[in-house]
Amino acid sequence: MASNKICIVVVSGTRERLQMAGMMASVGAVSGNDVTVFLSMNALNQFLKDPPKQVPSEGDMGTLLAEKNVPPFRQLFQQAAELGEAKIHPCSMAMDVMAVEPADLVSYLGQPLGLTKFLIDAADAQVWSF
Amino acid sequence: MAEKIVIDARGSFCPGPLMELIAKLKSAQVGDELEVLSSDKGSATDIPEWIAKAGHQIVESREERGIWHITVRKMK
Repeated sequence: MASNKICIVVVSGTRERLQMAGMMASVGAVSGNDVTVFLSMNALNQFLKDPPKQVPSEGDMGTLLAEKNVPPFRQLFQQAAELGEAKIHPCSMAMDVMAVEPADLVSYLGQPLGLTKFLIDAADAQVWSF
Repeated sequence: MAEKIVIDARGSFCPGPLMELIAKLKSAQVGDELEVLSSDKGSATDIPEWIAKAGHQIVESREERGIWHITVRKMK
């Protein structure tokens, strides 16, 4: 398959954005693209092993997503990593601010990544932000 | 001997049926056929697109009472 480099920055903790980012990551990765995901700000706590019980919605779509049998966004990110070999990195700054360690995060995440390295990687990639 | 594997993804939404198919394709043998059952209209167009890009083969795609039956052969 033709390959593109795709970098996805996820900073929102709302259901709609996490869902869309997970869809892009998973479908992008299983379609032969080289996908890197950078999780920061409000997105990161959804990837704790013990995540918040509630995922806030931005609007009606978020409520619908929660009610319908859509693939859960965490499952989509996991499939991106496991089926498509996407690299999903927590932001090292967000981890420092939240005082979390790699062991506190779901196992399919890669090593913490700083913005400098991410920007170097993203220089020749499509960049999507959520 | 090629097998036929049925993936019942009815009730799921995009990209659920596609991801379930890809997960099963990974462990299938070349020549095996996989039939996805999906009630999601988007998946009925997305799955053939992915299959063409990935170099596998669509054997059959039909709708029956709101359920798409998409049969795929693993080619490599």
